[in-house]
Amino acid sequence: MTSTLPPPERAGLARARISARTLRTDRWWVAPLLTTLGLTAFLVYGLVRALQQDHYWAADHGYLTPFYSPCIAAQCAPEAAHFGRLPFEFPWWLPYAAISLPFLLLFRFTCYYYRKAYYRSIWQAPTACAVREPHKRYTGESRFPMIGQNLHRYFFYIALVISVVNTYDAVLALFHGEQGGFGIGLGNLVLLGNVVLLWCYTLSCHSCRHVFGGRVNSFGRSPVRYWLWTQITRLNTRHMTFAWITLATLVITDLYVALVASGTVSDPRIFN
Amino acid sequence: MSETTRHNYDVVVIGAGGAGLRAAIEARQQGRKTAIISKSLFGKAHTVMAEGGAAAALGNVNSSDSWQVHFRDTIRGGKFMNDPRMAELHAKEAPERILELEHWGALFDRTRDGRISQRNFGGHEYPRLAHVGDRTGLELIRTLQQRVVQLQQADAAELGHPEAMLRVFAETTVTELLTDASGRIAGAFGYVRETGEFVVFEAPAVVLATGGIGKSFKVTSNSWEYTGDGHALALRAGATLINMEFVQFHPTGMVWPPSVKGILVTESVRGDGGVLRNSEGERFMFGYVPDVFRNQYAETEEEADGWYADPANHRRPPELLPRDEVARAINNEVKEGRGSPHGGVFLDVSTRMPAEEIMRRLPSMHHQFKELADVDITAGPMEVGPTCHYVMGGVEVDADTGAARVPGLFAAGEVAGGMHGSNRLGGNSLSDLLVFGRRCGIGAARYLDGLAGERPAPAAADVERLAEEVAAPLRRDTGENPYQLHQELQQTMNDLVGIIRRGPEMEQALESLEKLRERVASVRAEGGTAYNPGWHLALDLRNMLAVSEAIARAALTREESRGGHTRDDFPAMSPQWRRTVLAARLAGDRVELERRPLDAMRPDLLALFDREELSKYLTEEELPPAEGADTASKEEK
Amino acid sequence: MTKRTFNVWRGDGGAGALAAYEVEVNEGEVVLDVLHRLQATQAPDLAVRWNCKAGKCGSCSMEINGRPRLACMARMSTFAPDEAVTVTPMRTFPVIRDLVCDVSYNYQKAREIPSFTPPPDAKPGDFRMRQADVQRMQEFRKCIECFLCQNVCHVIRDHEENKESFSGPRFLMRVAELEMHPEDTADRRAIAQDEFGLGYCNITKCCTEVCPENIKITDNALIPLKERVADRKYDPLVWLGSRIGLRKGADTPLPPNTRTTTATPEQ
Repeated sequence: MTSTLPPPERAGLARARISARTLRTDRWWVAPLLTTLGLTAFLVYGLVRALQQDHYWAADHGYLTPFYSPCIAAQCAPEAAHFGRLPFEFPWWLPYAAISLPFLLLFRFTCYYYRKAYYRSIWQAPTACAVREPHKRYTGESRFPMIGQNLHRYFFYIALVISVVNTYDAVLALFHGEQGGFGIGLGNLVLLGNVVLLWCYTLSCHSCRHVFGGRVNSFGRSPVRYWLWTQITRLNTRHMTFAWITLATLVITDLYVALVASGTVSDPRIFN
Repeated sequence: MSETTRHNYDVVVIGAGGAGLRAAIEARQQGRKTAIISKSLFGKAHTVMAEGGAAAALGNVNSSDSWQVHFRDTIRGGKFMNDPRMAELHAKEAPERILELEHWGALFDRTRDGRISQRNFGGHEYPRLAHVGDRTGLELIRTLQQRVVQLQQADAAELGHPEAMLRVFAETTVTELLTDASGRIAGAFGYVRETGEFVVFEAPAVVLATGGIGKSFKVTSNSWEYTGDGHALALRAGATLINMEFVQFHPTGMVWPPSVKGILVTESVRGDGGVLRNSEGERFMFGYVPDVFRNQYAETEEEADGWYADPANHRRPPELLPRDEVARAINNEVKEGRGSPHGGVFLDVSTRMPAEEIMRRLPSMHHQFKELADVDITAGPMEVGPTCHYVMGGVEVDADTGAARVPGLFAAGEVAGGMHGSNRLGGNSLSDLLVFGRRCGIGAARYLDGLAGERPAPAAADVERLAEEVAAPLRRDTGENPYQLHQELQQTMNDLVGIIRRGPEMEQALESLEKLRERVASVRAEGGTAYNPGWHLALDLRNMLAVSEAIARAALTREESRGGHTRDDFPAMSPQWRRTVLAARLAGDRVELERRPLDAMRPDLLALFDREELSKYLTEEELPPAEGADTASKEEK
Repeated sequence: MTKRTFNVWRGDGGAGALAAYEVEVNEGEVVLDVLHRLQATQAPDLAVRWNCKAGKCGSCSMEINGRPRLACMARMSTFAPDEAVTVTPMRTFPVIRDLVCDVSYNYQKAREIPSFTPPPDAKPGDFRMRQADVQRMQEFRKCIECFLCQNVCHVIRDHEENKESFSGPRFLMRVAELEMHPEDTADRRAIAQDEFGLGYCNITKCCTEVCPENIKITDNALIPLKERVADRKYDPLVWLGSRIGLRKGADTPLPPNTRTTTATPEQ
């Protein structure tokens, strides 16, 4: 004890004892349920595809799925490996894009939006607002391992680089026309759309907002950073939307490439 | 019944609104052990309802502004009934007080060059109101609250305990001031709302900062706390109240739905371009510019609209007349059948500026109408009507120190009288409470210096008697419901001593009050002592009655119309009455009035007005010699 | 005018129960109006804390059908016509009586935050700040201190034991506000994490959801503060810099003697 202050709350008083977990009358459990289903579906699909080690490269049109980018295993199709290959073959349990996938996963795992999503749905801390959580103790992100969430910004830096790689993939795919040279098919639009949305998600990140302007105290004296902060803030208010949209576009893009690569569908051409 | 705790302080401040906090901060800065007593939680004061801003002649937006111009506007607004010394101190010191707030962390809206921005307001010649959107009062309270915390932190570091020198007693009501045998202040008696436990504060100096009396009226913008406690405490301690007949009805309160009737619609709506229209779509204010203001207000819509962008070459729109004029005009429109469906008039910003700008300039108004009335003010007009807002009258105090006529008693803010004359200008209350809050803190400290360590002692018998009185309503087995009595009181005041007054009605009001007094004396509160609102109201009723009587009696006596006092039977302003201040005091349990002369304005201040204007207010003998005044006024213009 | 069923929690010291009332409701009314009618007609000693009845003072915080809200802003028209309305006190704070809670926890936490610290040589009137500079903080200063965010935050709502080490969204937002002030010279980032428990926040946004002023507490205050704390505490370059004495300025400590018990920092 350092002082003789009265206790913060008057002795003898207690909280209202209300046994119900919540008195909410709305369907508060719907949102966490949908979140759980959505995240699980993506993870299952992603795991299956990452381990499939096939149908990732539509050679005719130069479409490389983002799940295999950059393709660095020795088994990779040589034209698909835009950044070279490692001299050894990957075992079945190691995805060809082992250099990027873990970081992308960590970027999303430590993302301020996804944190909210899975803390609420999977971890149930809390399941919904004003609904009692099932845990006996709670320390949040104050100690190991969850204190690691503070590393989000470093995964953001890496995600920036990977976004460049994905963009490079999508741009290269534009030069696989039927007659050689520049050409556009439906797949190109899918790849480009995916890349644009990935940029939106990556740049709307809260760490990005901080790094490019949020950390400045006097906006008046840093007009450029203020402008950047304003623009990122506009994106940032839609961070959740982008988080879900990009999960969907990643799956769509990958599925499309897989279908074309396996010859199940053919890529409709728009130009050349 | 519960036991009584005792506390010893140098200065006890009753009220934790802007004036109370500023007084307490100053008393503590003067090295005095200070208690702040608040009926509500710390930081919830009625000051948060002030929206528009704090008037101070900083000259940030228009450099022609000066304290003299602010003084002149204040006097004009108050129809020359203001205490000239108070108005002078206020105009001179307001800028310092605002800058000091900024230094304590307040975040006012800014000009392009990074200084405090100022906005236009009714009755102010230049943009003068330092503001934060439309929630300036909240910013002021929060800043003062955080300043209190800062001082407590300093005390904790130095003396080992944050409450060593400055302590807030939240949710505590004072029911009586204690005096010693010679009539000097010796402390205060009250109860803790949470527990019903009685408390005695022994203190040689008490600062009243309890705000106003609005809860005596039915339609009011005031919260439940505004039961005239300070006014009544002062009366019962032997002090006098002046100008009680002047009650300001804010022209724009919400009128629909019934549950929010009276809630304030800030004057900034008009300051930022909002216009008033009647059911025929007419901007009716052009027909209500009184002669005394004829020269300063626009006569056509074009001229009025031009003023917002180019105030130098246009006269002001009549929507920005002082509040009493606008309130009367609205009242008249409604009476003559040109009102809106729910008995108000239309206040419209939606056709005056783009939705985005409305959202930026008036966010809390947008929020308020959306949430409470389901009206989108960016898409359609609001319905507004007059609501009881502010009492100009209050404890008669010395301008420089805030000292009342009872030694050891001080008053600041709305509970003090004189500063605003017969009508307060919008924006002058926030600066008033800063300026005079501080002066009261200093005044109390100087008074303690004068006592040189002597401490007036309250009589022990008093404390016992007071405890009995306070507990009485809980012990009665029969008696009326306090809520019912309160409603009747409000209805009486609203109907009979409201915005337009008539002699016979006020006589009737006094009779009704007399009967109510007997019923209140035997009011019964059910339940126990812990946080019992029925009991609290039963105790507050006594204060509301005393204040209501003072208002009704003064209003009946003053046979003229001026500012916040409009007599149907005496519609004109009388220069003779201007010289007379009505002071209420308690004789037994009845309110009596004394007449005293209003202080004359110093010649240098009088010279700020031209003779023609003065002649509308002053008697012939008070007017300055013809030539001298004329040239002075020419230079001024 | 219609009749409604109101279930109001009544009691004190934790013991209490819902009491059912049938009460009149008129057009345009809010829950607080109905509670006032209960006081005037059926339950004169029903304890309710309120002041302005206009959503500006933040006194009438309670839980209405399980949702933390201001009673003065909860319009009756938003409930289904036959829906019973259940009104309980805030769960996170001890009950004084009926719907009134002891919220002194909040005032205690407010007192622990180092105050605004202008440069020592600055005088009143010296500040030159742009609208852009103050706008970010002005959002936080809209706070009416209704403490609904404090009430809904599961960190203390569901774990009383965390009250010691967690200041709650309202006061972490206050820290963020001071940290963003262009004229402030203190550095509260270290104590934000170690003393005010920013790390307990798992940004699940219930504070933002219940804020009657629509302040984006999580996105605009808590997350930026987490990022600033990361600058200070979880940035390898800063860590290296402080090792070799490059870092300027010092961490502002907790103001002395403002806490009931000694702080128990994690290291």
